Amino acid sequence: MHKYANPNQFLRIANPLLPWLSGLTVLCMGMGLYLGLFASPKDYQQGETVRIMYIHVPSAWMAMFVYGSMAMAGATALIWRHPLGHMIAKASAPVGASFTMICLLTGSLWGKPMWGTWWVWDARLTSVLILFFLYIGYIALVNAFDDSARGQRTASVLVLVGAVNLPIIKFSVDWWNTLHQPASVVRMDGPAVHPSMLWPLLIMSIGFTMFYFVVLILRLRSELAATKIRNIRLGQAGE
Amino acid sequence: MIRAMGLIIARDVRLTLRQGTDIIMILMFFLIATALFPLGVGPEPNILARMASGVLWVCALLAAVLSLDHLFQADYDDGSLDLLTLGPLPLELVVLAKVAAHWVVTGLPLILAAPVLALLLNLPTDGYATLFMSMALGTPILSLMGAAGAALTLGARRGGALIALLVLPLYIPVLIFAVGAMDAAIAGLPAKPHLLILAAVLATALPLAPWAGAAAIRQSLD
Repeated sequence: MHKYANPNQFLRIANPLLPWLSGLTVLCMGMGLYLGLFASPKDYQQGETVRIMYIHVPSAWMAMFVYGSMAMAGATALIWRHPLGHMIAKASAPVGASFTMICLLTGSLWGKPMWGTWWVWDARLTSVLILFFLYIGYIALVNAFDDSARGQRTASVLVLVGAVNLPIIKFSVDWWNTLHQPASVVRMDGPAVHPSMLWPLLIMSIGFTMFYFVVLILRLRSELAATKIRNIRLGQAGE
Repeated sequence: MIRAMGLIIARDVRLTLRQGTDIIMILMFFLIATALFPLGVGPEPNILARMASGVLWVCALLAAVLSLDHLFQADYDDGSLDLLTLGPLPLELVVLAKVAAHWVVTGLPLILAAPVLALLLNLPTDGYATLFMSMALGTPILSLMGAAGAALTLGARRGGALIALLVLPLYIPVLIFAVGAMDAAIAGLPAKPHLLILAAVLATALPLAPWAGAAAIRQSLD
């Protein structure tokens, strides 16, 4: 693992992967959008609004997946002092915050015609809102120090503390009686969604995941380049 | 080890008491913030009674957040925190001792002031016992989680506002279950399940928050 602490080693893997991941993103999102918006059937109760789900559910998954990745990256960085860990956490945060925002907004757009309200304070919605606050807190903390390495280390501790929220989000629909529907894809007795709707959903979530990886690699690359530029400038100033 | 912790607690409490103004400021903030609500939403007794539990707890949360930037900042500035870190007592226990001291000088006054403010807000009589119990279980959690937040922002720019941003989302579960307990008691339902969850949160935060706080302090002293 520590082989990749050297940024060049990491980039040697990441750079060739980038075009493949980008291609997969375009392919999956294109296919998912076509299947979701045109090829899949209307819901017998929800009508056309069910198509919001093909954006809403993958972005909700990504909101949690990105936070989970940040927590793992932060833990790796704190335990093994792996320098890439903090960078991955820092580069992921705005992506995760955006996914959470998209999840909340699409959920709200779906809620108005279906539940008759933009927002309810039920357990699932509230815990996702807290997740959004945690992302914002992370971004604020990471940028609050003059020494950027110090900010990254401290913010990684915060990510680990906030990880308590992830199981709460996942199980909020089981622990409380919520207006939000319970899990229908990841269940003990198999998905309760018809394949015609399940496939576009899964393809979209693969596309979203690939998109995250692409953005992550791009952001890591620019972060590494920025560090390099800073070091060169410091070296020049020292001479 | 217990003795060393006792010494830290006694030192922190003595420092705060000698300064005196800190406790009074927190209590006055609690009073003024609570007093704004009847002025803002109107003084009808039944509306106030309906809102009392939520208003009391929200104001207690804000008062607790307000007190947090004193928790480590002075020790960080004058170097005592370096000495405590280098000392024989594990840093986790130092944090726990400082949390205990913080609770004595903010949590305890809040608990004592809350029933008086509840009178102002016309809290139904059934709510008082649960108010006391939820405060007794809840305020230590506020100090514990707050200590982790305060440790994270040591040396940061705009530390005070940042603490609120980090800590208030973590306080939400306490608010939900404490107010849930009081509303259940007022409605004549058992408040015990909510209080038990609150106790579970306390039991989780008690070992984890000092650990996170100590980790954050170590980062700040590197």
